[in-house]
Amino acid sequence: MSIATRREARRAERRRERAQADLPRSMRPSKAVKTITVVVLVVALVYFLFPIYWAIVASTKTPSQLTGSNGLWFAVPLNELPDAIAANYATLLGWTSDRFWRWVGNSLLYSCVSALVGTVVSVMAGYATAKFRFRGKGVTIGIIMAAMLMPATLLTIPQYAIFNALHLDNTMLAVIIPCCVSPFGFFLGRVYAQSSVPDELLEAARIDGAGEARIFFTMVLRLLAPAMVTIFLFMFVATWNNFLLPLMMLSSEDLYPVTLGLYGMVSLAVFNDRGALMMGALLGVLPVIILFLTLQRFWRAGLAAGAVKG
Amino acid sequence: MTAHTTTAPARRRRSPAARREERTGWLFMLPFVLLFLLVFIVPIGYAIYSSFFQQVATGGGAYGGGELVNRFVGLENFRYVVTSGEFWAGMGRVLLYTVIQVPLMIVAALVLAMLIDSFVVKHVSGFRLGYFLPYAIPGVIASIIWVYLYNGQISPIVKGLAALGVNVDFFASNVVLGSMVNITTWTFTGYNMLIFLSALQAIPHELYEAARIDGANGWQVAMKVKLPNVRGAALLAMLLSIVGTIQLFNEPQVMQTADPGISYSYTPMMMAFNTSRGFLTPKGDGPASAIAIVMAVIAGLLAMAYAFVERKVSES
Repeated sequence: MSIATRREARRAERRRERAQADLPRSMRPSKAVKTITVVVLVVALVYFLFPIYWAIVASTKTPSQLTGSNGLWFAVPLNELPDAIAANYATLLGWTSDRFWRWVGNSLLYSCVSALVGTVVSVMAGYATAKFRFRGKGVTIGIIMAAMLMPATLLTIPQYAIFNALHLDNTMLAVIIPCCVSPFGFFLGRVYAQSSVPDELLEAARIDGAGEARIFFTMVLRLLAPAMVTIFLFMFVATWNNFLLPLMMLSSEDLYPVTLGLYGMVSLAVFNDRGALMMGALLGVLPVIILFLTLQRFWRAGLAAGAVKG
Repeated sequence: MTAHTTTAPARRRRSPAARREERTGWLFMLPFVLLFLLVFIVPIGYAIYSSFFQQVATGGGAYGGGELVNRFVGLENFRYVVTSGEFWAGMGRVLLYTVIQVPLMIVAALVLAMLIDSFVVKHVSGFRLGYFLPYAIPGVIASIIWVYLYNGQISPIVKGLAALGVNVDFFASNVVLGSMVNITTWTFTGYNMLIFLSALQAIPHELYEAARIDGANGWQVAMKVKLPNVRGAALLAMLLSIVGTIQLFNEPQVMQTADPGISYSYTPMMMAFNTSRGFLTPKGDGPASAIAIVMAVIAGLLAMAYAFVERKVSES
């Protein structure tokens, strides 16, 4: 996805908008159609956002306020809200024995490292299959693509056995290494290397005497930068969301990612501070939400590649 | 996005340049391939190997205490899985879940994408973002939030419905699967909607022009121009969703914390996990691997059956 194609996409969008304005009468929607559409879209929006809204409200409540007060609004006046939040925050840290931010830090570490390593190796492999001819290429691509259809969680059990045999279970590497490999990342890397690394540029660099490693790390990576952001995002979220893998691999609470830590709290029989837990849930998804909001267009780029190629 | 291949001059004999190209290609492949071997191929190989073994204690007498050794048991683990009533009950639940959840989600995502892409509403970026937001919530956290929203004591939904005279127990044994369907649908509909939206926006503008000249109305454009153009994306999303739902684990695992009715073998994936963890007998890698392999075979057969039916339908 070069700058030129992005500019073109924007131009296409503008053209569509103009087309909307001067639709022929036959295609112009009637008032009833318009109303129904808006109603459906708004109802769907309420469905998707209500649980998040409720979690925000609940995160300010004590257990008795959760059962006793109006579920749709805060239990205390707005000016007392900071105190209620502080109280629940203290409860949260108490339940986690002050491990909460450590868990968030672990999640960040696992997601960043595996997404970074995974992105670079995916792009390298994608570039190799897009721009070089070598024996066994077709078979290798076929196997990796087949792995995209493999139910990933089924692998977790034998992965645990392997890492256990290597004495790597209950280490950070046990979560990071399996998350470094993404057949979807390889697929995106290949598609982007095919479409946005011109052969002429590679030829010219070779004639100038540049080595292959230098060509890749100084030129190709720069050309593939937008693609790499997309792959990074997908792998980051996949690692952040992974539950079964850390559940299998990790036994010491100090290594837990935030998802597993919160699950551990919920599964305690005596646990009752649901409001504090909701606060943990919200704080724990904040990094991902920020990535979503700031890097929206890279999401769409990745999904578009999947849609068009599929 | 055209896929153009390398335009290097044809080299029939294996010239030094070709050999160098081969070496460079493999060097760039190497890191990914090594990791892929470690994370995919070796575990698959190990799962197949270990599925022929069971751990047994030797010498320890009736109360155990002996050393655990792997004993070759042939196809015993597979016999256990395919004759296990629990396994098939779990598989039945998952298949029922798939049959309800996947079409529901894909149709909802398609409808929302078409409405957003229709020329009816002008400012759509807020809707688009709002629908996609649940995808940012990890499945476990989403499940925890919904489990609370299903809880009669604290949920404004349950209380609100009760006030209207509708009493629902989201954990009742014949409802709980639907409660899980809702969690997955909530999380992934927006994701699939964005895929469809991308496919819709890739439709060349000329097609709309042509439809317009032919005097088509909005409904006809949606059905005759848009729908055929997102078919490919929809079928792929459906296939990936089917493969995904077979592995159902997070939602029931979290719901188990609030609902003792959900057993250790509620879904095949939970059964594999709990077998590997030793909560179910026979326990250990062998039986757990056998469960995973049978699941993979069933998922593969389903995917193939789906692809076959899909081709037959599109031919006729």
